[in-house]
Amino acid sequence: MVILVLVKPVPDPEKYNEIQIDPQTKRILRQDAAAVLDPASKCALEEALRIKSEVEAASGDARCEVIALSMAPQTNRDKILECLAMGADAGYLLSDPAFGGADTYATSYVLAEGAKAILAAEELDAFDLIIAGNESADGATSHVPVQVAEWLGLPHLARVCELQIQREGAEGQEGAGGTPVIAATKKTEEMLLTFRCEEPALVAVTRDINKPRHISAMGIVKARKKPLTIWTNDDLKLDEAKIGAAGSPTKAGELMTPDLSRGGRDLTEEDGSAADAAKAILALLRKEGLGA
Amino acid sequence: MDFRFTEEQELLRSAFADFAKEEIAPYAAKWDEEDYVPMGIVPKLGEMGIMGVFVPEEYGGAGLGHVERCMALEEVARYSAGLAMMVFTHHLGVAAILDYGTEEQKQKWLPGMCDGSCVCGLAVTEPGGGSDVAGLKTEAVLDGDTWTINGRKCFITNSHCAGVTVVTCKSGEDEKGRAIMTTIAIEKGTEGFAPGREENKLGLKGSFTGELVMNDVKVPVENTVGEIGKGMPITMKELGEVGRASMSAIELGILRGCLEDAVKFAKERILYGKPISKLQAIQFKIADIRCDYEAARLMTYNAAAMKDAGKVGAEFSMAKYFISEAAVRAARNLSEIMGGYGVVNEYAAGRYLRDAICCLPSCGTSEIQKMIIAGETLKKW
Ligand SMILES: Cc1cc2nc3c(=O)[nH]c(=O)nc-3n(C[C@H](O)[C@H](O)[C@H](O)COP(=O)(O)OP(=O)(O)OC[C@H]3O[C@@H](n4cnc5c(N)ncnc54)[C@H](O)[C@@H]3O)c2cc1C
Repeated sequence: MVILVLVKPVPDPEKYNEIQIDPQTKRILRQDAAAVLDPASKCALEEALRIKSEVEAASGDARCEVIALSMAPQTNRDKILECLAMGADAGYLLSDPAFGGADTYATSYVLAEGAKAILAAEELDAFDLIIAGNESADGATSHVPVQVAEWLGLPHLARVCELQIQREGAEGQEGAGGTPVIAATKKTEEMLLTFRCEEPALVAVTRDINKPRHISAMGIVKARKKPLTIWTNDDLKLDEAKIGAAGSPTKAGELMTPDLSRGGRDLTEEDGSAADAAKAILALLRKEGLGA
Repeated sequence: MDFRFTEEQELLRSAFADFAKEEIAPYAAKWDEEDYVPMGIVPKLGEMGIMGVFVPEEYGGAGLGHVERCMALEEVARYSAGLAMMVFTHHLGVAAILDYGTEEQKQKWLPGMCDGSCVCGLAVTEPGGGSDVAGLKTEAVLDGDTWTINGRKCFITNSHCAGVTVVTCKSGEDEKGRAIMTTIAIEKGTEGFAPGREENKLGLKGSFTGELVMNDVKVPVENTVGEIGKGMPITMKELGEVGRASMSAIELGILRGCLEDAVKFAKERILYGKPISKLQAIQFKIADIRCDYEAARLMTYNAAAMKDAGKVGAEFSMAKYFISEAAVRAARNLSEIMGGYGVVNEYAAGRYLRDAICCLPSCGTSEIQKMIIAGETLKKW
């Protein structure tokens, strides 16, 4: 089994006050922002690693390879190393100035093409499963996972909070011959919905699906020996019109900072007693359509 | 010259920092308040690779060095210097076994010491005075292939939780009547060997400090760590290098706590309609803490890197001396920046100060460090 995990470096949420936005392009100046692995990406990787250990524990010679993939500037090589240290078997970073300035559409295109290139490089027919974080801590659009699935022609399910790989007809014939089925549960406001789908598919997981493991010193030492590949567009050879800013139909409109300040009004001064103030508050609430 | 950590070391630091933030930070104040030793976290420290960070992989460690070991101690001590004391003393005993132990000893003890199932200790100090190592009295007599050990150790970290303690004993006298020392590993549960009084310390709570009592303890000669009669250089080398670099790292963690808390408080505390960080008097204190912290950082990792490179020198003592004094200074500065809040136990300032003061004697007092530094300086310059 081979699982591809889409991971994204994002500006450190603890340092959001340091983030700069280019007023012209209206994009985050990522070079200056301290990056961390997106928390949802970590959940996606954790889920893949959990499945890996389950698959490998179920039968002695079963192998499950977890591959991490990201599109990001080269300075984020360490984020791929982090994935390897967490337990991924291989990592790929797609990095080229030509990929920069991409919206979700162009990003998902590059990731999908990267995924295809990995299949070719690793001599695989298909990934059995692709897992991504449902939304990143910075952009939070939730577009990329489903767009990648569309580019690759795969079924997809977003907002997944529980994931199982089941073997069809598992009763009595555990594993052998059974077609693996992905059982993915998503939370709606009213209920939990479980979808079942044959491999391969893409699922986008929410942050409540698991608690990612800590990276250990041993994990970091093991990561030294794992393959970490960086591809530029010289490797992928993608049409420049389809990537980066040129390939991005999204155009950012106005940038504005909403005024969230709350002004108070001292009603006791206006009307004297507390009882009068209470009446005045009630009148104001009614005016806003609240209260009977 | 490049003082940057490698990409791998940075990743390691952030891994240790994440762990400390999640598993230590929320509980540190409670451990301090209740003087509770959190033994439950030890297997987790093992899983993280912290217990055996510098032990080769073949014995279950992470196979890294002392720079990485000091990073782990700094991150643990950032939130709990007490817990870091437990880890550091464990490292001290582990280092003695790793550097001087037999292959059998390493195979027998190191895997458990790396995974956190066995805490280690190193016992030197006696009621007769820790500074006077040559005057220690715990006696080991070899009869055939069995040691018989009698004596009492005090101020021993991990006294009440160690599975194995490396004990420095007097095993004879030379022709001039000077003590000959031997280091011997004693396992918990050995007849006649038991922890005695547990100290109620000012700070560094969350780690055991106490007595070890030895009454006719019989230990096989195979438990001798290093050569018979070489206990003094072994003890001095481990205390002097691993010990002092570790204490520096722990005090560095305290310093970082002081710096982070000082900046946070100064920015948030409003006086005269603006944050006190705008007051020059407060800024000067913050500048002092920052300088102490940065100097401490360089000295700690320089000492650790020297250890990794197999170099010797008074730099270990310089680091221990400067940083232990700097940590006390910084904790006092923090406490003053915070005014009344600086002495309220709801905030960590008081704990940092108590912990910093408790670090002063460990692995040699400031006076002892200065004697070593002056000794080397007068010889070399
Ligand atoms: C929290 C904590 C944990 C510890 N853990 C351990 C442990 O795990 N294992 C272990 O073996 N020990 C441990 N110790 C003991 C520590 O190493 C000793 O406290 C230290 O060596 C000092 O010894 P002492 O306390 O007996 O003081 P003393 O040696 O009695 O010193 C008293 C005073 O005399 C000064 N002094 C001594 N000699 C000289 C001199 N020649 N010139 C000038 N001044 C001098 C000292 O600086 C000090 O001010 C620990 C101590 C503490 C506080």
